[in-house]
Amino acid sequence: MSRAVPRFGHGSRVPGWDEAADLSKDPATIPDPALTPVPESLRTGIETAMAKYPNRRSAAIPALHLAQQEHGWCSPEAITQVACVMRLTPAYLTSVASFYDMFNLQPKPQHDVFVCTNISCSLLGADEFFEAMIAAAQGEDVDVRSFECLGACDIGPMASVDGAYVGPLEIEDAGRIIDDINAGREVLPDKQLRYRKCADPGVTAEATE
Amino acid sequence: MSAPKILFKDIDEPDLNTLQVYEQRGGYEALKRALKMERGEVIEEISKSGLRGRGGAGFPTGRKASFLPHGEMAKYLVCNADESEPGTFKDRELMQKSPHMLIEGIAIATYGAEIASAFIYIRGEYEYQADILEAAIAEAYDAGYLGERILGSEHSVSLVLHRGAGAYICGEETGLLDSLEGKRGNPRLKPPFPAIEGLYAGPTLINNVETLSTIPHIIRMGGDDYAKLGVENSAGTKLISISGDVQRPGNYEIELGMSSRDIIYGLAGGPKPGREVKLWFPGGSSSPVLTKDDLDVAYDFDTLAKAGTMLGSGAIIVVDDTHRVLDVALKLAKFYAHESCGKCVPCREGTNWTLKMLQRIERGEATPMDLDIMASVQTQIIGNCLCVLGDAMAMPIGSMVKKFRAELEAEIEAARDRAGAGPLSEVVALGVADEHAGPIPVH
Repeated sequence: MSRAVPRFGHGSRVPGWDEAADLSKDPATIPDPALTPVPESLRTGIETAMAKYPNRRSAAIPALHLAQQEHGWCSPEAITQVACVMRLTPAYLTSVASFYDMFNLQPKPQHDVFVCTNISCSLLGADEFFEAMIAAAQGEDVDVRSFECLGACDIGPMASVDGAYVGPLEIEDAGRIIDDINAGREVLPDKQLRYRKCADPGVTAEATE
Repeated sequence: MSAPKILFKDIDEPDLNTLQVYEQRGGYEALKRALKMERGEVIEEISKSGLRGRGGAGFPTGRKASFLPHGEMAKYLVCNADESEPGTFKDRELMQKSPHMLIEGIAIATYGAEIASAFIYIRGEYEYQADILEAAIAEAYDAGYLGERILGSEHSVSLVLHRGAGAYICGEETGLLDSLEGKRGNPRLKPPFPAIEGLYAGPTLINNVETLSTIPHIIRMGGDDYAKLGVENSAGTKLISISGDVQRPGNYEIELGMSSRDIIYGLAGGPKPGREVKLWFPGGSSSPVLTKDDLDVAYDFDTLAKAGTMLGSGAIIVVDDTHRVLDVALKLAKFYAHESCGKCVPCREGTNWTLKMLQRIERGEATPMDLDIMASVQTQIIGNCLCVLGDAMAMPIGSMVKKFRAELEAEIEAARDRAGAGPLSEVVALGVADEHAGPIPVH
């Protein structure tokens, strides 16, 4: 199951803008703590995050990250739990979650492959790799999305596999990525960004002095 | 004979991200020195260094800090580590390999500007770098470089790492502030500027990772000595991210004022053999493009501005002659249309219509008149929005239409042929014959 990043024809980042609102329903209020069970680890995580800021609202994004980790996606249940702990309305948190690309308001597969298809990577064949990645991920528990510039144009074309940056990628790497994910091992260890040395020759010269 | 390495001096030193190795390499000495100076002297040194913001706007760092009101009040420092400008990846390398340099810079800057609360807003995709920073911040707290009464001085500062969640607009300073406050990352109306009213409505100093990382070196070297590097109005060294059609993409530290040809061909190896530079972005995908005729411009703030473009974030993207300008323009327009937050009409509509017009060219439905309309849309975006996201599309696209008009017209004609849309000469003749006919009908 894989799909492209939804792009909204009218240009904003608001999914569901043309879906009719159910006006007969009352607006959702701040959930009642007595009626909203929240996993203890999630509650502690959100409370720790809120304590870091002068205004608890600032913890909205960290809290949604935690909820998405817990539930796999920002499900209505996840949002309600965050709303309950943060004492905010679910509508407010949904408005925040829908703004950011990394939050999923639809169920998604467990693993993420973000393929950068922005300018530098696409000059080097990222679009072809993206197609190959989608094909390779058919029937796997992997969500393949084309993503905004991920800030690793030096290893373009590149992808972020469950947060780990890999590149430069070739078409045949698509299959290897799936194999590595399924085997639960480090993805493309020879192409991981974290091991890469700085390109500046002046740096290498001085380091070996 | 390569440029002096300041930020990248020990960058590939193993375990430089740990406090121990960083201290061995002279780390946190500048902080100790700064804490012995008066607060005003610290800002004065930064002003003297001539350092200009490395994030994109190039505003003098010392002057920005001097805008903050003095005295005890809730003031904030926010480090912009969102780095989402396509083509830019310098801060990533700095944060991953030398996180303590950034923390030291933040400690010094907050001391100078009398700020007690600092945040680093890092883009959510940089998970590995954020983990490293988080560990480094914990180490710095334990060693007393952050927290209450740093190193026995009067200065206290807290530092919180905040992870974003994927939105280009959050690199814009006021969008970033809204996002940090837990809202959708929509930019705010300016003025008031963040220095007066920013995070939680308090005076806020916002600086890029590279800018803050440079501050310890300015204190170490002295502002006057730092100012000797580079050229007039563009002091110091700059990290350049080069990507696209070059043989050795990556981050390089250069002295400002270096020739662009030496950067693209000398450092990055130029395009593959047999290919030529067709166009290049000198400062991220938001900067107006330059062509192969501009390769000899000096790479500094003023010279690039004179050439009609900008240094921006220092990200050079090279496009060689095997690529079509139309494809590059389409990529850009698609990206900016997706990332427009939708708050201002010229940007929300302008990015979308530009994309639609480019797609018309691709489908063979366009006429050269569309290029004029497209150019006029760009001029209507620039300067008319709350932030510069719209401008960031309008400037490069506008420059492409201007500089590659002949190619785009040929593209229009070829696409019409492919689509069987009839020869252009007939369509244009119709429009000319009846000037009241309005937009030229196609099909």
